[in-house]
Amino acid sequence: MDWMRYRKIYFILSGVLITIGLFSLGKWGMNLGLDFKGGTIAEYQFEKEISQDSIEQKFKESGLEIFSIETTGANKYLIRMSPLDKEQKEKANKILNELTEGSSVNELRFEIVGPSIGPELIKKTIYAALIASIAILLWVAYQFKSFSFGISAILAMFHDTFILIGSFALMGHYFKAEIDFLFVTALLTTLSFSVHDTIVVYDRIRESQKKYSESIYNLANKAITETMVRSLNNSFTIIFMLVALILLGGTTIKWFAIALFIGTVAGTYSSPFVAVPLLVTWDDIVKKLKFKK
Amino acid sequence: MFTPIRKVIIIFLLTVLAGYISLPQDIPLKLAFAGINLDKKIVRPDLNLSFRNVKIQKKFDLILGLDLKGGSHLVFEADTSNLNETEKKSAIQSLRNVIERRVNLYGISEPNVQTSSFEGKERVVVELPGVKDTEQAIDILGQTAQLTFAEIGTEDSPSFFNPTDLTGADLESATVTFDRNTGKPVVQIEFTDEGGKKFAEITKKNVGKPLPILLDNYPVSQPTVQEEIIGGSAVITGEFTLEQARNLAIQLNAGALPVPVKLVEERSVGATLGAESVSKSIKAGLIGLLMVLTFMVLVYGKLGIIADIALVIFGVLTLSLYKLIPVVLTLPGIAGFLLSVGMAVDSNILIFERFKEERIKRDFADALEVSFGRAWDSIRDANIATLVTAFVLANPLEFDFLHTSGPVRGFAITLSLGIAISLFTGIVVSRNLLRVFIRQSVK
Repeated sequence: MDWMRYRKIYFILSGVLITIGLFSLGKWGMNLGLDFKGGTIAEYQFEKEISQDSIEQKFKESGLEIFSIETTGANKYLIRMSPLDKEQKEKANKILNELTEGSSVNELRFEIVGPSIGPELIKKTIYAALIASIAILLWVAYQFKSFSFGISAILAMFHDTFILIGSFALMGHYFKAEIDFLFVTALLTTLSFSVHDTIVVYDRIRESQKKYSESIYNLANKAITETMVRSLNNSFTIIFMLVALILLGGTTIKWFAIALFIGTVAGTYSSPFVAVPLLVTWDDIVKKLKFKK
Repeated sequence: MFTPIRKVIIIFLLTVLAGYISLPQDIPLKLAFAGINLDKKIVRPDLNLSFRNVKIQKKFDLILGLDLKGGSHLVFEADTSNLNETEKKSAIQSLRNVIERRVNLYGISEPNVQTSSFEGKERVVVELPGVKDTEQAIDILGQTAQLTFAEIGTEDSPSFFNPTDLTGADLESATVTFDRNTGKPVVQIEFTDEGGKKFAEITKKNVGKPLPILLDNYPVSQPTVQEEIIGGSAVITGEFTLEQARNLAIQLNAGALPVPVKLVEERSVGATLGAESVSKSIKAGLIGLLMVLTFMVLVYGKLGIIADIALVIFGVLTLSLYKLIPVVLTLPGIAGFLLSVGMAVDSNILIFERFKEERIKRDFADALEVSFGRAWDSIRDANIATLVTAFVLANPLEFDFLHTSGPVRGFAITLSLGIAISLFTGIVVSRNLLRVFIRQSVK
């Protein structure tokens, strides 16, 4: 099949997706969670029924500002506040005791993150992403004895990263998807997913290169045809696990699994439709330059 | 070397061994069938061998992280603004030690205290599994608890405290006792020899005067000295509750913090939420696994069954390695494991797809061997690239500029372990299974 004939379409499609992502990012930014912004998350389970309004009102009366409150189950509430200090925390506990009037309240989780943690997390993530990218670039360039392979693989990797970030900017606005520690992990895992698939296709090109003296264009078409089924099948098995996690894994890791899901789909798509077309285009440009000389 | 059949037998034995380790400690057995009610609990014994003087003991328990079994994760930031580089280093080291002593005295099993340093910010990370009263733990761990004995200043300013050189560092030990007259809890302290001498001197100088005891520059009690005290012990009476007295004794025994700290992060998870997460992930994992197993059989038929067997072996081996290493399993860690289950069949898929191509050109056995050989290059290169990322995330060399704790690491560790084992099961295990079972059935 002549996959490479439609290179322009792939590039346009990716361009559109990335543009939508960047637009969402510019318009709404990221919906930063507790880990980045700092704040308090408290989840309580009450023995008896207590209305959301009464909780909100009581907290307000005591001067504790609630950013948001949501139910997470029967008589379970998740409250978000600014980072509480010791006194404010005592106040909050007092309010809860008053509300329950003797019946029990179970603190399911309580998290306070100070404002200094977030910027650090961002920096560490950038360092990690840079180191991983450089290491992968060098590894691919070394194994395939060409920087064009390495750079195309890395560009496809960034393509997936942008799509993931963009889609979370979009979902952050519409579905309140939050950016947290786990999102960062998913982002970095996407890097490796992306390049994993790309290498499998590249390997086919490398193998044929030794046997046939054909143009990269033809070898690329051949390699994509040969690896398409395996690529899809492999993604299916990963997607099965992720879908199970999204649907059944509970609220804590739902968005994490969704992020990995998007990363997997983008990674599967980008190998034949971004990394390889880039490689072929690179080859074209190099040839044209040589021809001019 | 070994024939494939022998290899398969070795793999089988390895799996049985790993399966034994993977089993939970207690296996409830409930059966109600035709009037027979069976309700028994099978207990799997741990490794406990003794041979003459050599004793081998090993518990095969899964170690769960705080987010799964409940507990508190606290991060304290040290105020090192007044210290130079060398002072800072030793201050942080002793800060860590003091906090660790306090944690141990507080009586928590399997605590974890570590330092982290990033761009000049010095932190101590404390993990307290199973702790219920986080407030109290924070109070005990985060207070400087600098004890000083002060003299009352001159008559012009009688309220002025004049600290002496007798401090918490001169203490031998502190214990909680009860006041004989009032029955209230008090903290009894014993001085070191040196401290006892200082104390004698100070009391001699201040007979008839009050001698305030300051904790973090705040007076906790102000006894009046009746006479010179030579015995080297004293009692701090304050309006303590039993709990407060106990906490103070812990702090005094562990020593004062060398620098003040403040709490910058607190994450507490109740045991119920953790248990819920565990059961949900097990359910999700089993259903996901079932889908993968079915998919492989539907797509690859007989070959798929072999891949499925290899996948189950993969699961059992991985689980037993978690217990042997041991890996602290967190919620993201479980996600990493489940993800690696999805990825583990990849090498099989690569080989089977290759096999379809080669089958046209050669006979069955040849095609199988050739496929393994050809697919190996891409399996190796692709997995090494993934391992590189996992390595950066897991940060085993403890670089300060990368993530040093938390969910990122838990995920990376299980993922990389999963990839490494999947290379073994995907190549060695399924290859030999195929050689033995498929080839023979074809003949």
